[in-house]
Amino acid sequence: MADRYSFSLTTFSPSGKLVQIEYALNAVAQGVTSIGIKATNGVVIATEKKTGSALVDDTTVEKVVMICSNIGVVYSGMGPDARVLVDRARKAAQEYKRIYNVEPPTSVLVKEVASIMQEFTQSGGVRPFGVSLLMAGFDEAGPALYQIDPSGSFFAWKATAIGKNMINAKTFLEKRFTSSMEIEDAVHTAILTLKEGFEGAMTDSSLEIGIATMETTINSHGVPTKTGTFRRLRPAEIKDYLANIA
Amino acid sequence: MSIMQYNGGCLVGMKGKNCVAIASDRRFGVQALGLSTNFQRMFSVSNRLYYGLAGLGTDVQTLSEKFRMSVNMYKLKEERDIAPTTFASLVSSTLYERRFGPYFSEPVIVGLEKDDTPFICATDLIGCINFAKDFVVTGTSSEQLYGMCEALWEPDLEPEDLFETISQAMLNAVDRDALSGWGAVVHVITPTQVITRTLKGRMD
Repeated sequence: MADRYSFSLTTFSPSGKLVQIEYALNAVAQGVTSIGIKATNGVVIATEKKTGSALVDDTTVEKVVMICSNIGVVYSGMGPDARVLVDRARKAAQEYKRIYNVEPPTSVLVKEVASIMQEFTQSGGVRPFGVSLLMAGFDEAGPALYQIDPSGSFFAWKATAIGKNMINAKTFLEKRFTSSMEIEDAVHTAILTLKEGFEGAMTDSSLEIGIATMETTINSHGVPTKTGTFRRLRPAEIKDYLANIA
Repeated sequence: MSIMQYNGGCLVGMKGKNCVAIASDRRFGVQALGLSTNFQRMFSVSNRLYYGLAGLGTDVQTLSEKFRMSVNMYKLKEERDIAPTTFASLVSSTLYERRFGPYFSEPVIVGLEKDDTPFICATDLIGCINFAKDFVVTGTSSEQLYGMCEALWEPDLEPEDLFETISQAMLNAVDRDALSGWGAVVHVITPTQVITRTLKGRMD
């Protein structure tokens, strides 16, 4: 029944589904696992950097990316689709900044990106994005973690996993997550969660981790102020965390 | 005949100790002909953020409606009140959108930030923001207001004293300008309340 309606994205199937979105979610479920955990003082997102061969120059591969200074994102699914969304998200964030001269709050950017993804479920001649995004940010409302699906729906999470190993990972997180966790514990837990389904050796170059926290930066007047900041962990920092796990 | 002097009117904003004040005159006219003694030039964004628009009357009204819409959309989308600095940037970008066919209006913005710090600023008709430490003025009697404010203002005035200062600055400045006056209104904004007073001035 589903096959008769799968040639046209913009057609509902009799059961009320848009099968292309279902298939897009399948593409995500085949992707490398990504984890996100919200702590009391920050958010961590992490994924495995899986390259096809040892000959690939993995220093050029970036799966955990910054969108604007206080928001970062990781994906599971089709890399090229994620790249396009990252570009659109970065542009949306800068357009917000042009009007309000401040970074967008995480919830606002999430809604914007989700709207873009929804457009591709209701337009002619296009297909949905084959990625789910985990967007992590720190703004005036505090730390925030959101998942955005190919359909355009978004969910706020305390901790979650997407991709290949998401069911096991979420079960693991349900047991390990506590709402009093701080960012260091959260990074530690994220690495442990990824370890469960990790293919290959866990090293500082096969793990990508990003954190959104309150950090002291110099503002435009030269005054040190505390602002929400997203950054990727350096290999040396990841190595330290891995040492604590071994 | 300058378009900014077609309708007349002026505004002044001042910083005090944990409070801010904004005052405007009430005259609306067409060059020498006075038409209204209760023209609204000041608008509230929230009970902690007020702004005023001087210049061409039609642009005052259109801009106030535009800002009302932008702020309403902001509030619905972000589920929070807009901060004074953010609102100032919104005003600036809205005005600059019309860089080569501008709105003939120069705003004054006053308010209290989230931590109750006083905030005042003004922009020119194309959105250049002036973040002032003491007072901001705009309108046909801006020169007179500059003189009065410079003479009367001092830092850390309490709300009652700030009211007296801003009122005297306004009343005496507009008396030296043919196109301003015909009444005045003052809002004093503190963390707990907003006090609005109408001043009795020369009606000529």
